[in-house]
Amino acid sequence: MLQATAAGMALSLIPWRFAQASPEAMAQAVLTTFGDRPIREGRVLLELPKLAENGNVVPVTVTVDSPMTEQDHVVAIHLFSERNPLPNIVAVYLGPHNGRARVATRIRLAETQKVLAVARMNDDSLWSASVEVVTTITGCG
Amino acid sequence: MAAKIKVPERAKRGEIIEIRSLAIHIMETGFRHDNVGRIVPRHIVDTFTCEYLGKTVFSATLHPAVAANPYFVFHLRAERSGEIRFTWRDDKGGVITERANLEVTDP
Repeated sequence: MLQATAAGMALSLIPWRFAQASPEAMAQAVLTTFGDRPIREGRVLLELPKLAENGNVVPVTVTVDSPMTEQDHVVAIHLFSERNPLPNIVAVYLGPHNGRARVATRIRLAETQKVLAVARMNDDSLWSASVEVVTTITGCG
Repeated sequence: MAAKIKVPERAKRGEIIEIRSLAIHIMETGFRHDNVGRIVPRHIVDTFTCEYLGKTVFSATLHPAVAANPYFVFHLRAERSGEIRFTWRDDKGGVITERANLEVTDP
């Protein structure tokens, strides 16, 4: 009985037991979000630790090269995961009133993987950056 | 339920200020099991909104991969004195709100 409880507790500590996402699932999520419009690399700086010691809390900062004026600004920034149970992480919506296209948050990473940031501009162009993060303690919650 | 925000008390018109926000929330992913093997139901904040002078100036759609106690840092251009309101809504109908006053002075 004690053993069973211990096993159960250990189980509950294993995060994302249904890890199902794959690079294909991420590609599908990107397609669902943006359609098949071209996504260019550039204009986006995605800052993540190269080594995430705790996958439960991984700091991330995204900065987009944009003047954030009425004529030229970021509308949205989306973060995608390649190896979490779900490919979508978070989407933030911005505008010229922000003045600066820089957002920081904290995310969970189930395992070592690539994180993708895609910024949508007001002219509907899409720009991206990706970072490989090595995760030692995987993120559960 | 509670939240913490960090907003400067005053700014000059046109100045870009930094806003820090954090809601106390478990952000239960829905992918974990309890100690008898049942799935712990998902319970996450799924939307966050910041309004300034009655207009939405920052919002977010959150998924389970956002860490517990969702934290966002973003910026805002000070236009005129007024209230900044923060709202977090979760998928069980829970709402957390917070507000701050920003005094905007002439440059």
